[in-house]
Amino acid sequence: MNLLTIAWKSIRQRWLASSLTALSIALGVALMVTVLVINGIVTRMFSQSATGYHMVVGAKGSAMQLVLNTIYFMDRPIENIPFKYYRQLKSKSWVKHAIPFNLGDTTEDGKYRIIGTIAEYFEVDYVPGKKLQFQQGHTLEKPFDAVIGARVARAYGWKEGQTFPIAHGGNLGDIHAEKFTVVGILAATGSPIDRGVFIDLDSFYRIDGHQTSKAEAEAAEKARALPADQQEIVMPAEKLGEQKSQPVAAQQPGFIPDEQKEVTAILVQTLTDSLAFLMQPRINKGPVAQAANPIEQIGKLLRDVVGNVRTMLVVMTSLIIIVSGVGIFVSIYNSMSDRKREIAIMRALGARRSTVFSIIIAESVLLCAVGGLAGLLIGHMLVFIAGPIVESRSDILINPWAFEWQELAIFPALLVLAVVVGVFPGLAAYRTDVAKGLSD
Amino acid sequence: MSLILKDVRKAYREPDGRALPILNISEFHLPSGEQAVLVGSSGGGKTTLLNVIAGITAPDSGTVTIDGVEITRLHEVGRDRFRAQKIGFVFQTFNLLPAFTALENVLLGMSFSGKRVDRRRAEELLGKVGLSHRLHHRPPQMSVGEQQRVAVARALANKPSLLLADEPTANVDVSNQQTILNLIRTACEENNVSLLMVTHALEVANQFSRVIQLSDFNRPEAA
Repeated sequence: MNLLTIAWKSIRQRWLASSLTALSIALGVALMVTVLVINGIVTRMFSQSATGYHMVVGAKGSAMQLVLNTIYFMDRPIENIPFKYYRQLKSKSWVKHAIPFNLGDTTEDGKYRIIGTIAEYFEVDYVPGKKLQFQQGHTLEKPFDAVIGARVARAYGWKEGQTFPIAHGGNLGDIHAEKFTVVGILAATGSPIDRGVFIDLDSFYRIDGHQTSKAEAEAAEKARALPADQQEIVMPAEKLGEQKSQPVAAQQPGFIPDEQKEVTAILVQTLTDSLAFLMQPRINKGPVAQAANPIEQIGKLLRDVVGNVRTMLVVMTSLIIIVSGVGIFVSIYNSMSDRKREIAIMRALGARRSTVFSIIIAESVLLCAVGGLAGLLIGHMLVFIAGPIVESRSDILINPWAFEWQELAIFPALLVLAVVVGVFPGLAAYRTDVAKGLSD
Repeated sequence: MSLILKDVRKAYREPDGRALPILNISEFHLPSGEQAVLVGSSGGGKTTLLNVIAGITAPDSGTVTIDGVEITRLHEVGRDRFRAQKIGFVFQTFNLLPAFTALENVLLGMSFSGKRVDRRRAEELLGKVGLSHRLHHRPPQMSVGEQQRVAVARALANKPSLLLADEPTANVDVSNQQTILNLIRTACEENNVSLLMVTHALEVANQFSRVIQLSDFNRPEAA
């Protein structure tokens, strides 16, 4: 019969007090696990998703809002910029990929964002080394084609061929008459892309209310006009309004000239990282748009907000665990007066002082270990249960099976705590007077 | 096994600081395999003497030699090991651990000896004391007589050469007293274990060929 068995028997003998102390440890550990897992998910989701593009170009305003809106489909879009700006940016020699995004509309029930974009979006790496895969169908090819993210497909049960309308500006009372057809369903990425409904950009402009009038476009362009030297910094090769040729499609009915189109944002991959670093301030100096570095913005968000909250929560949960450890100390220490006789019996049977000391330490370790394991399970169950709620309220995708390596550090820490809180009761057992204990 | 005590003295400290002599034994000898009963008045030092022999309480002076080993010269860890391996203890109040089953109480006695825990032997011992059907019962689920029988099995678990029994029948009902006594004596005879039993009961003492009056060789007042 080893020490752990003897300690376990003793724990079972005082099952109520033991269960309560183990439960307090379990709750502390569960809270810490939840904090670590959700923090890990949030950090990973934000930092991974931010790595696919060198910059996000959009209307002037909050750079953070631009990034959150374009990469994470969170927050409201700022404003639009002229479509011609996109054309000119795309033509630059330092630009590898420029993907236009038009945001603002939602699915009929307002749950998922509609993103007007082009087929090129599905061909570039959304994070370095990772391309989007189709679990069904194909990319955007014809007008009114739509590609949907895995989560949207799961939520609505949509398959290829499904048609759907969209709500203008997220206003559920203003549903566009035009219907889009699902031609492709993306494989799950664990990123915000899973929540996107991507529609053909040209078709987006054909929807009533999605293009500006010619007069509005001209007025807006005049308002943005700046001295030529400043425009040169932004667009060294061309100036706004200088586009000489229109596509052949200009001759076709329903064609909308570029002047009457706008984009909400442009996702940009440059040829090299340093080019992005070089061009970002130049774009920002111009009058039309701002360029935000997604990694920088998200780094700021994680460092300044999420990081501090995480630290605060980890400190709080650590304190809870320490308080629970004190509970174990009190529970075992209080039981010592009742157990002097038991300890004396064991000593009379030949147990050494170090043996009875070790039994008490083992008891403390077992309580912490059982509490810790229960806490680990409860923590993950909390994540599992809370995941969908957090997802629906924050747009953060929660993987219910996520595991953080920091969780492994909880157990050595608990072991140290168990030994520390077990020392004093252990010493009381060590010092037990056998003859007195037997005669009591 | 032989037990030899020489010039053993033990005194307790009273609250006012004065020494209260309990033991002053110039010589005591219990030959190998002998069964003796120790009688004496309450507070006369019988339990202290058993504790000194078992190495639980260290004497103030003198030597205790068991099987040629002078245990009073051993370090505490050595005394613990010696006690676990060579001395069996049966207490008046049984002193079973309530959280452990009968079998586990016997195994517990084995596990402190440093030897391999022999589950089969533990079951056999419990069988010999008539508790084969009670192996997995805990002390509160057993009668007083059954509990003392478990205590006897536990005391014999490590094949001791000396069994110390401190009034083992005092808390047992009359119908069980003789059974327990016979059990202890027979087990000691079969295993060639020396027995030193403390009792107040004359009817118990009268069954032993050697009855030792503690006062005959203990002179605490002279210490």
